[in-house]
Amino acid sequence: MQSRTGKGDFLMKTRAMKFVKRLLAAALFAPVVAMAAGAALNLDKAPVSTDPAALQNGAKVFINYCLNCHSASFVRYNRLKDIGLSEDLIKDNLLFTADKIGEQMKIGMTRDNGKAWFGAAPPDLTLVARARSSEFGSGADWLYTYLRQFYRDPSRPTGWNNKVFENVGMPHVLWELQGDQVANVEEKDDGHGGKHKEVSLELKKPGVQSAAEYDKTVADLVSFLVWMGEPMAESRKNIGTFVLIFLAGLFVLSYLLKKNFWKDIH
Amino acid sequence: MSVEEKMDSGRRQLLLATSVAGGAAAAATAVPFVASLTPSERAKAAGAPVEADVSKLAPGEMMTVEWQGKPVWILRRTEEMLATLKPLDDQLADPMSEKSIQPEYAKNEARSIKPEFLVTIGICTHLGCSPSQKFKIGAESGLGDAWPGGFLCPCHGSTFDLAARVYAGKPAPTNLEIPPHKYLADTKILIGDDGTA
Amino acid sequence: MTTKSQALLNWVDERFPLTSTWKAHLSEYYAPKNFNFWYFFGSLALMVLVIQIVTGIFLVMHYKPDASLNASGVPVAFAAVEYIMRDVPGGWLIRYMHSTGASAFFVVVYMHMFRGMLYGSYRKPRELIWLFGVGIFLALMAEAFMGYLLPWGQMSFWGAQVIVNLFSAIPVIGPDLALVIRGDFVVSDATLNRFFSFHVIAVPLVLIGLVLAHIVALHEVGSNNPDGVEIKKKKDANGIPLDGIPFHPYYTVKDIVGVVGFLFVFSAVLFFAPEGGGYFLEYNNFLPADPLVTPPHIAPVWYFTPFYSLLRAVTYPLFGLDAKFWGVIAMGAGVVIFAFLPWLDRSPVKSIRYKGPIFKTALVLFVIIFFILGYLGVQPPDNGGIKDRTTQICSVLYFAFFLLMPFYSKMDKCKAEPERVTS
Repeated sequence: MQSRTGKGDFLMKTRAMKFVKRLLAAALFAPVVAMAAGAALNLDKAPVSTDPAALQNGAKVFINYCLNCHSASFVRYNRLKDIGLSEDLIKDNLLFTADKIGEQMKIGMTRDNGKAWFGAAPPDLTLVARARSSEFGSGADWLYTYLRQFYRDPSRPTGWNNKVFENVGMPHVLWELQGDQVANVEEKDDGHGGKHKEVSLELKKPGVQSAAEYDKTVADLVSFLVWMGEPMAESRKNIGTFVLIFLAGLFVLSYLLKKNFWKDIH
Repeated sequence: MSVEEKMDSGRRQLLLATSVAGGAAAAATAVPFVASLTPSERAKAAGAPVEADVSKLAPGEMMTVEWQGKPVWILRRTEEMLATLKPLDDQLADPMSEKSIQPEYAKNEARSIKPEFLVTIGICTHLGCSPSQKFKIGAESGLGDAWPGGFLCPCHGSTFDLAARVYAGKPAPTNLEIPPHKYLADTKILIGDDGTA
Repeated sequence: MTTKSQALLNWVDERFPLTSTWKAHLSEYYAPKNFNFWYFFGSLALMVLVIQIVTGIFLVMHYKPDASLNASGVPVAFAAVEYIMRDVPGGWLIRYMHSTGASAFFVVVYMHMFRGMLYGSYRKPRELIWLFGVGIFLALMAEAFMGYLLPWGQMSFWGAQVIVNLFSAIPVIGPDLALVIRGDFVVSDATLNRFFSFHVIAVPLVLIGLVLAHIVALHEVGSNNPDGVEIKKKKDANGIPLDGIPFHPYYTVKDIVGVVGFLFVFSAVLFFAPEGGGYFLEYNNFLPADPLVTPPHIAPVWYFTPFYSLLRAVTYPLFGLDAKFWGVIAMGAGVVIFAFLPWLDRSPVKSIRYKGPIFKTALVLFVIIFFILGYLGVQPPDNGGIKDRTTQICSVLYFAFFLLMPFYSKMDKCKAEPERVTS
């Protein structure tokens, strides 16, 4: 499609390609390098689902356990229709903090109260799955790990601590479901002559749910949080597929047109 | 011109196909932009149906509720008021509300579900001012001795009767709009939702 | 054409230079016939400019530059972006077009600049085109920087805080200057409002003006080409360059191919990776601005990072002025030095095709260094470790590429330019 190029130019092209590859490599490996600089987080991969049943269960967990202290102030209740809930179902079962279905998921607790009670105002959770993304993993991975790694710590005002979010202000809200975990701290050689602490968690007293059930509950909740972070994500991808297919067709057409015009040029 | 004459048929077809596909792409691109001009979820939530309690409304009185940011009037009409409607038919522009906007269930003489309560959007169909109440009868109203009570738009002088029907020869083209509404109870009206939408 | 439309056209032409403008800039503007891949990026830059302006107009309809907190304790400006993303029909698409477009703009402009460096497009008689181009690049940086504040997220806030504080490094007037830019003692509502005004009105006006000047100047002297030879030197009996072809239809149909190809890549990012892996939309910017807490690692958006590295490279005070000042100078110089290229390049030929091995090596090295600096700019500094040292070495080489050019471009062994374009 391009006119014939000189040799030096060809050289430049291949070099340019190499730079592009280099850039891609840099982008890919950037997380690895950055990880060496800060404290690394070992995050479990979250089994994020877009299945309506999982999202609906997640919504239920979210509204029952989270929405008392955390708002989701950009999400309107009627948006839950996108995950397959009917308007009546939302009105009858989920509409706790508002009286109209078009209202947003706000909470009664003020930020000042939150600060006084927890040390920091509980953040709005609308975008938490996007904001918690980092070089260590997606925001979903962080949440999935975080919500499963609470442990008993009598030194904390709430009696709870967290392996991912050290000295977190939030108590373990899903405690009844998961049960009590305790932390076993081991001193280990770090291989450079120093020591480092390794915390492992152990389930001391089981909760209402088995470990597998609890993982599923958290996975559903995280899936819901991911959905909430970008409710249009699925339709975005669906539209995108059509757009790309269409543009590919248009590309062929425009290329043939160009070729047709350019056959006069020698 | 010369370019077109030279054009071979393959080129013509390609030009056509590319233009059509490109035009379709441009039209599709315009969709989100045009859509963004329509009311947002916030506007829809704010314009959600509203309930009005008319139990404390005395006969002959009117109350105003806000729906979609517009004034909705609820007028509790007396027997005398209702009696003024029929004789006015030949003075009105659209006595049978043929051209006017109202739900099917309000397309009647009194333009209402229950004759006693008129529910109408208080916005003149001419250029959008809100008419004022002129319930006093005769010369006292300032609208002539024969005035049977109704509404007067202050902007361009359109007059309406007590069923919000416009008089003939006035700038407003149609009767005031009746919003979709229904009775949740005897004295409780839901405005903006009649269960059909 | 029917006589009626011809009559209408005549009527207009007697009052406005419609046909003559069309001819001068499209149907009888003769461009060299040997444009290659690199010549797509000019029209693509124009395309992205249009995307940004159109999407910007629609975003302004829904956005509110307001740093005060709403009832939920979220800054109004931050909430306005989420309002666009969720409540405005089609809003998310328009917003993603705009945010992806910002990154696309820099990709396209960097490619376009590289093309100029490859084929010596800045050389006589095209110095003014190049200078207008550098002006566009500067305006674009200002536009991007101020636009980035508007979502009022953590990165918006702290990025603006850091960059505005750069100005405070200027001796004597610096601190007052920073205060005047912010309009407050920290980045605040006042800053947000003036950046909004600049972003949507002032800078776009400048940008459009410069783009016009860039194109007018180009069409005055004619386009360069991959061989770097002047096609106007060889004309036929009608005064048409032998190696020239009318821009319309030949390059319009060709540029359409480029535009569609670009839109394919653009849409792929927009619909499948609008966050660009955290490079196009930074994760911390999903948190509302908090003037009391700086995010742990703060880096500018990717397109600024090579210059940000230049800023960080300077750690020594000099001539009684502290390192901060010289860092700012290095960063500014790193951008402005491009403007001097027409006078730094003393090579007898324009195009890389006929330049000697020294220049080719220098350009290759320069591109590598540009990428390394860009990469290091997103990395946290390592306190004088290997990364900081690499940054410093690369920064020196970056400037050496420009400052030594008069010498190495002159002594280089160039090949003879052909009389006409090849192929």
